[in-house]
Amino acid sequence: MAERHKVDARGAFCPGPLMELIATLRHAEIGDEVEIWSTDTGSAKDIPEWVKKVRHELVAVNETDGYWSIVVRKAK
Amino acid sequence: MAKKILIVGGGLAGTIVANGLCRQLRDEIGSGGTTITMLGASPTHMYQPGLLYVPFGRARESELFRDQRKVLDRRVPYFVDPATHVDTDKRAVTTASGKSHSYDFLVLATGSRIRPETIPGMAEGAHWFYDLDGARKMRDALQQFQGGRVVINVNAPHKCPVAPLEITFMLRDFLAAKGVLDKSEITYTYPIGRLHGLEPVAHWTVPEFERHGIKSEIFFNTKSVDPKAKTITSEEGVTLGYDLLVTIPPHTGQQVITDSNLGKGGWVPTERNTLLREGSSNVFVVGDTTNLPISKAGSTAHFEADTVVDNLASLIKEDRWARHYDGKVFCFVETGLSTGTYVWFNYATPPNPGPPSQMIHWFKLAYNRLYWLSARGLL
Repeated sequence: MAERHKVDARGAFCPGPLMELIATLRHAEIGDEVEIWSTDTGSAKDIPEWVKKVRHELVAVNETDGYWSIVVRKAK
Repeated sequence: MAKKILIVGGGLAGTIVANGLCRQLRDEIGSGGTTITMLGASPTHMYQPGLLYVPFGRARESELFRDQRKVLDRRVPYFVDPATHVDTDKRAVTTASGKSHSYDFLVLATGSRIRPETIPGMAEGAHWFYDLDGARKMRDALQQFQGGRVVINVNAPHKCPVAPLEITFMLRDFLAAKGVLDKSEITYTYPIGRLHGLEPVAHWTVPEFERHGIKSEIFFNTKSVDPKAKTITSEEGVTLGYDLLVTIPPHTGQQVITDSNLGKGGWVPTERNTLLREGSSNVFVVGDTTNLPISKAGSTAHFEADTVVDNLASLIKEDRWARHYDGKVFCFVETGLSTGTYVWFNYATPPNPGPPSQMIHWFKLAYNRLYWLSARGLL
């Protein structure tokens, strides 16, 4: 059954939210979702760009209370 | 009532916790009211950042090792008998020899490990310096290298996030000194859309790479290596040819963590301020073992360990918390064979690296020796 992995990367300067997403996807199953929280303004642009490149699925990008919540589904 | 503290892992984080607790709980240990026991995988303690210098012949292997018994306070029994299962309900840890150790407080400091075998062809086709055997082989390869295409390939997740840049700059200097730089081309690949996880470091790196003629390929997550064709291919669809491939392999946590269902990938879900395992009140997690979104680095392990020492000692002596971990990380960055800089940051303060200088490089060289005072909890 598909799982949702949550990563709170708010205030994560290094290695940064996208690197955390990549690391989490490594041990996720196909169909699982990763919800990553980020305060890094670049993430809202970088994460969708990378997800498109590697052909995973972008489920949601929302800005709430000063941070972004980005949900990605592992597609392969 | 007697308190048993069990530390699983004999690397830097576990060793600082053990030695720091011995200092803060001197009376409790002396009276027999508190015991500290450590389980590890090796009789020796390795200074891991020293591996960076091995491929260039700039560190003697013997300098990287000490007898763990001599690094550790003599009041801590140390068993070279790695944990194989952690049962947090029964408050017991089973070891490879079949022994069982009970605890009142557990400190998980099992660290991380490189996993080149998880990417097809990587173990056969690439060099790395993140363990001694790999660093020796890379040293031999560099001795024989007479110029060509060098790819420095970075994978996520990895520990010591500045090491990939350091090896790149040092390799460039090494090839120049060897007189083969004009016959060489260095390409650096990185998993995300800039040259380093730390944005200011990434910005600083762009002109440095341009100045040194180092090429780069961003958004490069390795899919496979073909050792026969000497190519490396990314998930993003890019293939690069190489004559020498140096990789920073992907890491995972230790098998005992996954086998004990303590965390996917071997990373234990950890509360970012208390460093307690999520949902637990007596299991602390330090160093690379946490799933915290911060650098997996020796300095992180050090600052986290200091926090755990203060809190565990306060809980035992006064039944109260001492302080929160604020996410502090400090890293030296070697920018060649004779210059260096540094970065520090925490959960609230972004990093701001200064200009490289020879003096900071010398500080780094001095720290290579001072490390042993850190491990003993004196620095």
